[in-house]
Amino acid sequence: MGWFKRIKEGITTSTKDKKETPEGLWYKCPKCGNVVSTDEHRENKWVCVGCGHHERISAEDYFSLIFDANKYTEFNKSMSSGDPLKFEDTKKYSDRLKASQKKTGLKDAIRTAHGMMNGKKIVVAAMDFSFIGGSMGSAVGEKISRAIDHAIKFKAPLLVISKSGGARMMEAGFSLMQMAKTSAKLTLLADAKIPYISLLTDPTTGGVTASFAMLGDINVAEPGALIGFAGPRVVKETIGKDLPEGFQTSEFVLEHGFLDYIVHRHELKEKLSRSIEFFSEDEDVSKK
Amino acid sequence: MPVLLEFEESIGVLKEQLDKAKELNEKGEVDMSKSVKDLEKKIEQTRAKLYKNLTPWQQVQVSRHPERPYTLSYIDALTEGTFIELHGDRTVKDDKAMVGGFGKIDGQSVMFIGQQKGINTKMRQYRNFGMPNPEGYRKALRLMKLAEKFNKPVVTLIDTPGAFPGLEAEERGQGEAIARNLYEMAKLRVPIICIIIGEGASGGALGIGVGDKVFMLEHAWYSVISPENCSTILWRNWDHKVEAAEALKLTSKDMLKNKLIDGIIKEPVGGAHTDHAKTFAEVKKTILKELPKLKELTPEKRAELRIKKFASMGVTN
Repeated sequence: MGWFKRIKEGITTSTKDKKETPEGLWYKCPKCGNVVSTDEHRENKWVCVGCGHHERISAEDYFSLIFDANKYTEFNKSMSSGDPLKFEDTKKYSDRLKASQKKTGLKDAIRTAHGMMNGKKIVVAAMDFSFIGGSMGSAVGEKISRAIDHAIKFKAPLLVISKSGGARMMEAGFSLMQMAKTSAKLTLLADAKIPYISLLTDPTTGGVTASFAMLGDINVAEPGALIGFAGPRVVKETIGKDLPEGFQTSEFVLEHGFLDYIVHRHELKEKLSRSIEFFSEDEDVSKK
Repeated sequence: MPVLLEFEESIGVLKEQLDKAKELNEKGEVDMSKSVKDLEKKIEQTRAKLYKNLTPWQQVQVSRHPERPYTLSYIDALTEGTFIELHGDRTVKDDKAMVGGFGKIDGQSVMFIGQQKGINTKMRQYRNFGMPNPEGYRKALRLMKLAEKFNKPVVTLIDTPGAFPGLEAEERGQGEAIARNLYEMAKLRVPIICIIIGEGASGGALGIGVGDKVFMLEHAWYSVISPENCSTILWRNWDHKVEAAEALKLTSKDMLKNKLIDGIIKEPVGGAHTDHAKTFAEVKKTILKELPKLKELTPEKRAELRIKKFASMGVTN
C-alpha cells in the first residue's frame, strides 16, 4: 500500500492558472539542457556555458560581436525580394514574405553593414536564419553583390556570415542564378585584391554552400555547425543507411579539407582580425 | 515510332488505326491508301496541336523521354567523329556522369563538356543517372582550363537531375566543387556557350552553366529544384509535382521571358526524340552562329559582359 492516496485524477489546473516561467528570462541549452539566465547567456556570446554549444544567433547579434562598440552603418536596409513569378504553393509567396517580415522585423534573410573591427575597416554581410530559413533569393544575392561593390570602393575586407538552408524555392530560376551572380561578383573582389573571409555557421547548406560560402580566401566555421551541400536527410535517403556520427559538422568539413579553421565565438573577432592583418601591406621595417 | 508519353494517348489511338489500315492495304483486299494518308496526316496534326500547348509538367516529361538524345550523341553528331574523350579530374577518379573532350565543329576545335545519362538500365547505373560527384565538376573545370590555355571555346551540354547527394560526394566537397566552377567560369578567358538539352536541375546543372550565352532546347527544363522535390518540400508530399512544375516557371519560354537564359533552340514537332538528326542540326546551327560573334570580343570584354549579365539577374523591391 502506498503512502499517498490520489484524490483527483489527471491534471486539473486550467491552462490559465498554470505557473509558467516567464519567456525570455532563462535559456536552456538544446544540447545539454543546462539552464542559465538570458543575460548570462548573452554575456557568454550565446554559447552554452555547460557544453560550448553555439546557439543560432541573428545578424544583429553578429554585428555586435564584430563591430567595435557595436557601431556600424547598415546599407540597403529596406531591400526585400520581389515576387516576379507570383509563386504560390500552399500559400502565396507574397503572403509568406509579408508574414516573415512581420514576425522577424527583418526585410529579408541578410543584413549588410560597414564599420570597424579592432580599428580596421570591414564590410560585413550576415544572414538571418529566422527569415524563411535564411534562404537565398534575389534580395540576398543583390545585397551580397552590393556589399562586394562597397568593399571594392572602400578597399575594406569583406566578411560574409552564412546561415542558410540554401536557395529559396519560391524564386525558382531567380534564386538559382543568385549562385552564379554572387560567385561572379567575387571574381571582381579578387581582381581588386580585397580579402574575403567566409564564416560558415549553423546551418550552411545547399546553394549557399555551393556558391559564396565556399569561396573565401579563408573559410572559417563555428564549432558544431551543420555544413553541407545536400541536407543530411537527403543523403540518408540516398545511401539507405544511417549517417556516421559527426557527418557534415564543421569538424568533419575541416577534416576533409574545406575549411581553414574552426573558431570559438569567444575568439572570433580576434582571430578574424589577425587573419585579415596578414593580407595588408607589411610595415616598412627599414624605417624602424 | 518512339515510346508514347501518357499525354500522347490520342496519338496512340490513331496509330493503332493506322497500323490496321496499313495491314488491310497490304493484304490488297481493300484499297486503304487514302485512309492511310488521312490517318498519317491526322497524327501529324494531333501531335502538332499537343506540342503547341504543352503544360509545364508535360514539358518535364518530354525532357525525360527515354529516347531523347543525351550529351555524347550530340557531341558525336556535332563533331562528325573527330571527338576524343578526355578522362579524369587528376585528383580522385573519372566521373562517368560527366564527359568532356575536344572535337572539331566546322573545322574549329571546341571543348565539349556535359553530364551524361545512360541509355539502358545498366548504363544508367554506370552513368549514375547523370548525377555527377565533385570529381565530375573538377574534371569539367580541368577541361575548361585546358581549353583556356590553348584559347579554344567551351560548349557545355547540360542534362542532369542534380548533383549526386551521396555520402562521398559530401566528403569530397560537392558544394565547393560547384562553387569553384561558378567562380572560374565567370572569368574564363575563352567563349562559353551553355545548352540545356534535357533536365537542368539546380546547382548540379549550373555547375557547368555559367556562359556568355545560355540556351535551352525548347522542351528542356531549368530551375532551382525538380518539381517532385519541390512538391515534397512545400506541399510535404509528391502529389503536387504538376502544380510545382507550374509554379517554378521552369520551361524554356518562361526562363527566356524572365531573362534568365539567352535563347531557345527549336525542337522538331513531337520533341527531340522524334528526330535526333534534326535536333543536332539545330544545335549545330546555333553554336556556329554564336561562336564567331563571341570570338570577336576580347577575353576581358567577354568576362565583363558575362559577369554583368549574371549580376543583373534578380528582382528586388
